[in-house]
Amino acid sequence: MTINWFKYASPASFYFLAGRMIPYFTALAIILLVAGLYVGFFVAPTDFQQGEAYRIIFIHVPAAWMSMFLYTVMAFWAGVGLAFNTRLSSMVASAIAPTGAMFAFLALWTGAWWGKPMWGTWWVWDARLTSELILFFLYIGFMSLQAAIDDPKRADKAGAIIALVGVVNVPIIYFSVQWWNTLHQGASVSMIQSPKMATAMLSGMLIMTLAAWMYSIVVILIRTRLIILERERHTAWVSELREGVLE
Amino acid sequence: MIWWIIKRDLLLAMRRRSDVLTTLFFFIIVVSLFPLGVSPEPDILRIMASGVVWVAALLASMLSLGRIFSGDYADGTLEQMLLSPVSLAELVTGKTIAHWLVTGVPLVLMAPVLGIQYDLPGNALLVLTLSLLLGTPVLSLIGAIGAALTLGLRGGGVLVSILVLPLYIPVLIFGTSAVEASSTGMEFGAHFSILGAFLLVSIVFSPWATAASLRISMN
Amino acid sequence: MLTARNLECIRGEQKLFSNISFSVNPGELMFIGGPNGSGKTSLLRLLCGLSSPDDGEILWNGADIRELGGDYRGVMTYLGHLGSIKDDLTATENLRISCALTGCEISEEQAVDALERIGLAGRETLPAKVLSQGQRRRVALARLLVTPTKLWILDEPLTALDVAAVELIKGVLEHNLSNGGMIVMTTHQEIVMTATTVRHLTLS
Repeated sequence: MTINWFKYASPASFYFLAGRMIPYFTALAIILLVAGLYVGFFVAPTDFQQGEAYRIIFIHVPAAWMSMFLYTVMAFWAGVGLAFNTRLSSMVASAIAPTGAMFAFLALWTGAWWGKPMWGTWWVWDARLTSELILFFLYIGFMSLQAAIDDPKRADKAGAIIALVGVVNVPIIYFSVQWWNTLHQGASVSMIQSPKMATAMLSGMLIMTLAAWMYSIVVILIRTRLIILERERHTAWVSELREGVLE
Repeated sequence: MIWWIIKRDLLLAMRRRSDVLTTLFFFIIVVSLFPLGVSPEPDILRIMASGVVWVAALLASMLSLGRIFSGDYADGTLEQMLLSPVSLAELVTGKTIAHWLVTGVPLVLMAPVLGIQYDLPGNALLVLTLSLLLGTPVLSLIGAIGAALTLGLRGGGVLVSILVLPLYIPVLIFGTSAVEASSTGMEFGAHFSILGAFLLVSIVFSPWATAASLRISMN
Repeated sequence: MLTARNLECIRGEQKLFSNISFSVNPGELMFIGGPNGSGKTSLLRLLCGLSSPDDGEILWNGADIRELGGDYRGVMTYLGHLGSIKDDLTATENLRISCALTGCEISEEQAVDALERIGLAGRETLPAKVLSQGQRRRVALARLLVTPTKLWILDEPLTALDVAAVELIKGVLEHNLSNGGMIVMTTHQEIVMTATTVRHLTLS
């Protein structure tokens, strides 16, 4: 192994690397968002059952997917930070949490907006919505725990444990809720009728998911940079940065 | 070694019986509030019974989590445990078993009485009690992780509920549906198998995670 | 032999100390001095393995104490300033349980005997909550009479003790040292030890 992985694992070099990467990912996010919205609103046909209201899935489904994906990524980096004592990975994990929670909340919110015209009610105890709600609670738990701990080292490690415990539990919770749901409602109204979904709908959803992904990368990089500055504010390189020596 | 810990924690609980009784009475009071708040109709009560008893058990178990480690943390015993040549996970297992014996078992024993208040038939009472017998140790095991992580933090009591309650959900679902299955005359063995699986998995992983959490919190 | 090399400890954003190196050989005692907040307790916690240094290493007979794990904890006794005394247990129960926790189980008779030697005769069966500060301290220190460990790490062991008790503890410490033991301790009231090597480490 000749590649020096630790070069980019140092917060200082990551700070500058991330700074250079942000504009590219921002551009990608904007392009994908515009493309996704165009496909979603103008290309995808009107659903013969749900009318125009179904178009909220172009936000709802990507948000739900991202919230689950980000939880796994967050637990992964938190676990790396715990196992190898790399500060940067823990900082990335802390930076992911608010975005993941935002997507979980967005999925719940848009789910309610969709539920009202579809089922005539803001909230149904559908298996997906319920799991999403629990996932939202798990994000809140992670963030509250980190917020309650003053010592950053302890906050990183404690957060890692709860994220890992959470990630082990997510499949169990999902399975339990699914099972509970079939028990109580029989075959519930499924949100996505995947087999008969038009290709344009599917591609619109996929493009929007990519847009959400790129957006997440941008905000996570920005937030990681802020966390780095906050934690490293007493180091020489940050004071040089403040005095305008480094750029 | 594990016996020393269990014996000691039981001895401490015996000297402070009021703490144990507080948790039990909390459980009884919460369960008794629902007929007042919802309806005293036996038909409605029978439907609610398993859910109400299980949610009250969840809350009672969660409220007592603070006691697992806070006393030992305050007087320095926890430091000695971390410095013991015996593995910390083993000591933690002992403390968790003691916590279950002191807070979980009284709930299990009280459950049939509360079930009668809710007009549950005999076999449903039995299933409710057995489901709590299998489920409450899981609550203590998972809760111990939360208690260890929030050790010595401001507002630790509220925080632990946010951390732990979402993780309790699978136990709640299978515990209550076992009772429902039995009262509708369906097979409930599968529910017990799954609760048993939860118990085995948490016995294997939780003490280890709790020990790691304690080391983090005590550093 | 306990060796510390280039220890550094950071608490929050404050560097408590750095570049601390020393070694303690069999039969030696090291006093750690310094004003409040200079990191005495933090240093002791590093030495017993409760927390890990931000830099440097701690060796026991040449091996890192982190890697030794339970093997190191088995030869070491740490008495913190909290004392780990349970209010609801009697002096005997407290002593037996704290011994069992650290891996040396003692009988009821041994415990009563140790408590008598440390001046608590007749108080063995009283719950700790009715004992005075000095008496509780004695219960904690009674562990030193029965422990077989060689390395003692003591945080302010003499706090709240009267003159007679200090003399008694001095004897206990000297006995350990003459048997090839090692002691690292913090104290505000220095005691004069006879016929042993005494080192001083002052944190600023």
